[in-house]
Amino acid sequence: MEIPNVADKWSSGVNEITLGATKDKGGTRTKTITIGGSKCVPFMDFEGNPGHKPIIAMDVCDVPPDDWPETLSKPFADVLNDPAQWAKKCVEQYGADMICLKLDGIHPDKGNKSAEQAVKTVKSVLAAVGVPLIIWGCEQDEKDNEVMPKVSQAAKGENCLMGIVSQNSYKTLTATCLADGHSLITMAPVDINIGKQINILVSEMDFPLNRIVMFQSTGALGYGLEYTYSIQERERLAALTGDKMMAMPVICDVGREAWRAKEAKSGDSEAPQWGSREERGPMWETITAVSLLQSGVDIIRMQHPKAVAAVKKCIDRLY
Amino acid sequence: MLSIAERINGMFKDVREAIKNKDPKAIRELAIKQTEAGASFLDVNVGTATADPAGAMKWLIEVIQDTVKTPIAIDSQKFDVLKAGLSVIKNEVLINSSKGDPEELDKYMTIAKEYNASLMCLTMDKCGIPQDVERRMEIAMTIVEKAVEHEFDLSKIYIDPVLFPINVDQKQPALMFDIFNQIKMISDPPPHRNVGLSNFSQGTKEKKLLARIFLTMGISYGLDAAVMDVLDKDLMDAAITAEIIMNQHVYSDSYLTACRK
Repeated sequence: MEIPNVADKWSSGVNEITLGATKDKGGTRTKTITIGGSKCVPFMDFEGNPGHKPIIAMDVCDVPPDDWPETLSKPFADVLNDPAQWAKKCVEQYGADMICLKLDGIHPDKGNKSAEQAVKTVKSVLAAVGVPLIIWGCEQDEKDNEVMPKVSQAAKGENCLMGIVSQNSYKTLTATCLADGHSLITMAPVDINIGKQINILVSEMDFPLNRIVMFQSTGALGYGLEYTYSIQERERLAALTGDKMMAMPVICDVGREAWRAKEAKSGDSEAPQWGSREERGPMWETITAVSLLQSGVDIIRMQHPKAVAAVKKCIDRLY
Repeated sequence: MLSIAERINGMFKDVREAIKNKDPKAIRELAIKQTEAGASFLDVNVGTATADPAGAMKWLIEVIQDTVKTPIAIDSQKFDVLKAGLSVIKNEVLINSSKGDPEELDKYMTIAKEYNASLMCLTMDKCGIPQDVERRMEIAMTIVEKAVEHEFDLSKIYIDPVLFPINVDQKQPALMFDIFNQIKMISDPPPHRNVGLSNFSQGTKEKKLLARIFLTMGISYGLDAAVMDVLDKDLMDAAITAEIIMNQHVYSDSYLTACRK
């Protein structure tokens, strides 16, 4: 008996975006990264071109994080006070494809750093590494709208991926990114309808669709992963069937979310039955990342080097 | 929704005059307006007034192709007019239309394949237009069988069950819904399901309302293409909204804006 071919045919695909700009394109990056381009459901390359491999962006904070458990901060203990060296370590030692510079320190409650200080940090990281940069604000609209335009101007020409914009606050950063040649992250709070809406709003400002990356607030393993998964899966299916407002590559914030889980950060004495936290924490982050990869993700933000290595290995084996 | 824009038709006075005087202005305007309104195809029909329908078809298509890139639907019952039209086609094209007799389908599928065209097939044959669901489905089956025989991509076949005007036979519209459903199941992928929407409401006093309601009801049963007045914004928005209700697109507050693009 002949086995029927049940492969689906897809009429469309995910947009391709190149991030970073080398010298000849007006930037100073030593390499660029292209993401997206998938024309099939993740890992089903018999249905179409799987596009570019998902890539890993390692988080670097502008201020030493005060809520990281020891397991997570230990590999970075020597660089936590120096974002430039921290970024360098992520790229050179841990193989980060990109750096996600998180400007937590500008938040009014977490240091309230000025735009000038943020610009200085961004410049130092740009000088320290050659990979493309994601620059992520503090997620307090007022402060982001004050600081991010200055950061954007300082990195003009580098084609960074800037974020995040939401339905309630998108005009300032969208206009700035448009002017300075950056790409943009649009955010929705685990809501596919709002995810589409923010893309429409941004595109109505003439921001090109092929410079947008979508972000649905990530849920970690045990903390809503399945909600994020099913929304991202639906977004990917919409992209494959020709919805232009859902055809953007997707970014996930796995590192931060996974390490907020008590299962990842609790000490050995608190939960002896859960096994060593040196293994448990990175494993929590790895499983979150690998699970979400199946839903259709193009950039994964991660934190622990062990988890990064495991997920990279997994991606290489599946692609 | 695949909307086949009906306005470039020699039955309309402005188009008839344009053909007669070889004046491209009105044609260009209609091509642009219908494209901006979201037409998937621009239907081109030379009407009956011209002495040289093949020449008129070529001229119309050339004028349109010089103006917009929207795919064209060549609408003619005359094979030589169709061939003349195909000879100048540059982009994607739909042949509108073949009847459902096996020998007609052979002829049209052969030429459609030659030009990589999509093909509209009517569920009517030399016995006329069937009045019931069963006979229409028999012809639909013949169309699909022929497509398989010709190795014709079924997603490029449009089946039109020939919708009668409501003021001619009021029993007919409701039969269509069953037919759309059945055609949807006939193969994988299924052929498209099409109707001539303006024909359905012609000569009535509530032309636009009838067209709009039939279209939305049809979409809920699997109608996915129509020869229609794309310049009727309410009609286009109703189609988009029906598709949203049927979960064919992801909802967002600005879904009309998103789908109109």
